[in-house]
Amino acid sequence: MSERKVRVIVAKPGLDGHDRGAKVVARALRDAGMEVIYTVLRQTPEQIVQTAIQEDADAIGISILSGAHEYYFGRIIELLKERKASDILVFGGGVIPEDDVPKLKAMGAGAIFGPGTPTSVCIDWLLSAVREKWEKESA
Amino acid sequence: MVESKPAEAGGKAAYEKTVEKFLQKAPERKAAFRTGGGLPLKRLYTPEDLEGMDYERDLGYPGMYPYTRGVQPTMYRGRFWTMRQYAGFATAEESNARYRYLLSQGTTGLSVAFDLPTQIGYDSDHPMAQGEVGKVGVAIDSLADMETLFAGIPLDKVSTSMTINAPASVLLALYIAVGEKQGVPMEKLSGTIQNDILKEYIARGTYIFPPKPSMRLITDIFEFCSTHVPQWNTISISGYHIREAGSTAVQEVAFTLADGIAYVEAAVKKGQDPNVFGKRLSFFFNAHNDFLEEVAKFRAARRLWAKIMKERFGVTDKGAQMLRFHTQTAGSTLTAQQPENNIVRVAVQTLAAVLGGTQSLHTNSYDEALALPTEKSVGIALKTQQIVAYESGVTETVDPLAGSYVVETLTNEIERQASEYIAKIDGMGGMLTAIEKGYVQQQIQDAAYATQKAIESGEQIVVGVNKFQVEEQETDRSLLKVDEAVGQNQVRKLQEMKAGRDNLKVQSCLEAIREAAKDEGTNLMPKILEAVKAYVTEGEICGVLREEFGEYRENIVL
Amino acid sequence: MEKLIARALEGDHRSIARLISLVESESPQAEIIMRKIYPHSGKAHIIGLTGSPGAGKSTLADKIIAHFKSLGKTVGVIAVDPSSPFTGGAILGDRLRMQQHAVDPDVFIRSMGTRGSLGGLSRSTQEAALILDACGKDVVIIETVGVGQSEVDIVKIADTVGLILVPGMGDDIQIMKAGIMEIADLFIVNKADRDGADRVATEVNMMLDLLGMRAWRPPVLKTVAERGEGVEEVVSEMLRHADFLSRSEEGRRRKWQRLGMEVEEILRREIAAMVEVAWEKEKSPELFELLAARKTTPYEVAEEVLGKILSETCS
Repeated sequence: MSERKVRVIVAKPGLDGHDRGAKVVARALRDAGMEVIYTVLRQTPEQIVQTAIQEDADAIGISILSGAHEYYFGRIIELLKERKASDILVFGGGVIPEDDVPKLKAMGAGAIFGPGTPTSVCIDWLLSAVREKWEKESA
Repeated sequence: MVESKPAEAGGKAAYEKTVEKFLQKAPERKAAFRTGGGLPLKRLYTPEDLEGMDYERDLGYPGMYPYTRGVQPTMYRGRFWTMRQYAGFATAEESNARYRYLLSQGTTGLSVAFDLPTQIGYDSDHPMAQGEVGKVGVAIDSLADMETLFAGIPLDKVSTSMTINAPASVLLALYIAVGEKQGVPMEKLSGTIQNDILKEYIARGTYIFPPKPSMRLITDIFEFCSTHVPQWNTISISGYHIREAGSTAVQEVAFTLADGIAYVEAAVKKGQDPNVFGKRLSFFFNAHNDFLEEVAKFRAARRLWAKIMKERFGVTDKGAQMLRFHTQTAGSTLTAQQPENNIVRVAVQTLAAVLGGTQSLHTNSYDEALALPTEKSVGIALKTQQIVAYESGVTETVDPLAGSYVVETLTNEIERQASEYIAKIDGMGGMLTAIEKGYVQQQIQDAAYATQKAIESGEQIVVGVNKFQVEEQETDRSLLKVDEAVGQNQVRKLQEMKAGRDNLKVQSCLEAIREAAKDEGTNLMPKILEAVKAYVTEGEICGVLREEFGEYRENIVL
Repeated sequence: MEKLIARALEGDHRSIARLISLVESESPQAEIIMRKIYPHSGKAHIIGLTGSPGAGKSTLADKIIAHFKSLGKTVGVIAVDPSSPFTGGAILGDRLRMQQHAVDPDVFIRSMGTRGSLGGLSRSTQEAALILDACGKDVVIIETVGVGQSEVDIVKIADTVGLILVPGMGDDIQIMKAGIMEIADLFIVNKADRDGADRVATEVNMMLDLLGMRAWRPPVLKTVAERGEGVEEVVSEMLRHADFLSRSEEGRRRKWQRLGMEVEEILRREIAAMVEVAWEKEKSPELFELLAARKTTPYEVAEEVLGKILSETCS
């Protein structure tokens, strides 16, 4: 009956309230068999990271449309490092120009899914990245 | 002599037979054809589809009940719609420069975008504002910022629309205060505040207070403006965001008008006369991709609202029966891939809005899926409107698509289905209850999810994204970036301003607001106006109101 | 593993979270973990909150957490949401109403899906509660899905069960549902500012009267969870119940009954596993032919299988 499930936090940090994308992604992940912890709007990076730790999440998915992506990705990745939880994957989407993606990845983001990305791409990435993470854990 | 085929015996039956034969050789592209919003589309519409329609009763004349054909008798032959581009970013100085640029280029109205902290009632130095100052619009903390924003812009000569909701009272007060400093009395000010809190709960997320006190703030504004600022549109009841959140066209109309009903009811309950405040209600719709459906949607909304005001609320004043609206082209249809394609999308959407009879229009810039627009791209967006206005010819006669069999059928169908939704919401106890129960949000999300699935399965085509993709070439990718230093400068300016003002007066103004907030029967506007004139900040005012009213806790529906 | 458990017992959130995951996914280490954890458990007050969807369980839990904190207690929360029977996935959204506590080191909130357990409360829910108990939480709140078996299942895990009712949601009929009245230790009428709240409370009291004298008469309380009204009373009644359990015969009886059920669960599981293995070995087309032809009976077959299990075990 039970096997290990992929657990993902879907969060919107900061003040942006446009959550159509986050909700569509959350549903798609659920339909792909994952457990999605969907948090409210207006989460601080501290709340998001502590939630990920308590939920033993495999990944945090961040949705940002307000242009504040560098700040929030940076903060969240920094906090994960502080709490020794850098094995938790960080990915996201929203209104993030392609030019900014390398910077975010250099900070530690695993993947950025820009506008128009099918949810299947996000799901495929998550499944393979999380499998890799699990393998590293048991090693 | 050329042998020509004899004309066929006429009639529908003959056509059907011809079609049947034709389909054997050349099947249609799809099994079922639908509008973007999901309404079924027949192969052909004929007078049969309009049987039972009465021109005088159902269409009427422009400027006359039920206003299906438009709210003004001469529409664009008299005056074009207001070309109003939403703008505002980073600092008040830069926004001011952008406004003056737009005015010089032919914009006829200003539209102000505020940053998220301002929209949610936080000053730029609030911890929750970190990283967000100046990103999606201009940061306005106090009258000092507002004065900079409108420097050199005569408020008696322009009309300004402010996209502000939960703290709308404060921003309206700030605008009035700037006007006063310019020597322009309140009575002469014209513009709009969005001020539509219900759609925030449904789709946009920038709420502060719970529903009851929020409705009170809104009806306070209705009352204040009815008396003191009669040319001001006190609310822009919005369907744009509902559509952007994923709803269908029918739902856009239904939920927007249902919100409208809730606002009218709230004001009537407070003893206000809908014939008076009703004149200053305005609406805000989305111009989406499906051209025919969109044109029909606007006409259906006009007719339905007129009927609602007349039959449900007994409104007799023509101005109060009319649905006047602003439109914005659909942001969610813009693609990041091959962004230049968006120019074409916006052009088609513009045409739909114009043929739908909009009073004012914002066209999106082609690079907005990636970032805030540059001066160049915003220029193209404005030119799109000007080309439709001056070159396309559709503005030379009123409501040109009236009588089209498909357009009138769709108009009737959208009105019918929207009415069904409204009846259902009535049955639940009204829009506030429907929102609390999560019904509205669920409908929208289901539609959004269905759309996503349709795009991913290829059933719905998005050119450049799931069909006709190209390897991205180097294109002009000069995107707008907001400098991080902006936030720091704003905080510094704010602290300097606070040090230099009469802080005793500030305290007494805040106390007065607190007292007024506790009494539902007192109108808060005068107290807020006094406070902003004393350079009390927006965050300070909203802070007091948060303490008195509490904060809204979202009801997540997935 | 040793280190992980040691850190968890010290209260490290990450380690606690990992233990819960290992137990939830029925990993091979699950039993070792539970054996090591168990000696440290048995101190926490385990509270179950149940009631139909929309009753306001999460909002109430949020306020209850705050109250317990003000009394100096540390709190663990397990919020259970239904998993999709088709995809196995779940949207776990209960904790969002408790997010004000997300960064409080004294509060640990964990969301769990029902993951295929038809009742609504899986074994791992209980194990997670025991882990939180062992790792130092004074109070563990379990918030259930509120439909089906879970309302009844909760009594196997919790010391104190609170049933949340809402006026106007047909809850008066709910009360009639078999077993509920006997199970709840507290009745909480939430959204009590609505019409009908008093009526619901009266009906519950009447039902309780009909049940006659019992050692613990469940209090019927009214709350408006959104505004935090009535929550103080709820918490003090919960504490009173814990006290009642600790000094009464009824309390001892219930505790022993629960402990018995814990052992029985494990026994049944182990035996079922043994049976499955043994039966799998016996199954053959020939056997089924014999049964179909009535040359043997299921009883004889079963007897043989059992015989084999017993002799194997004893040898």
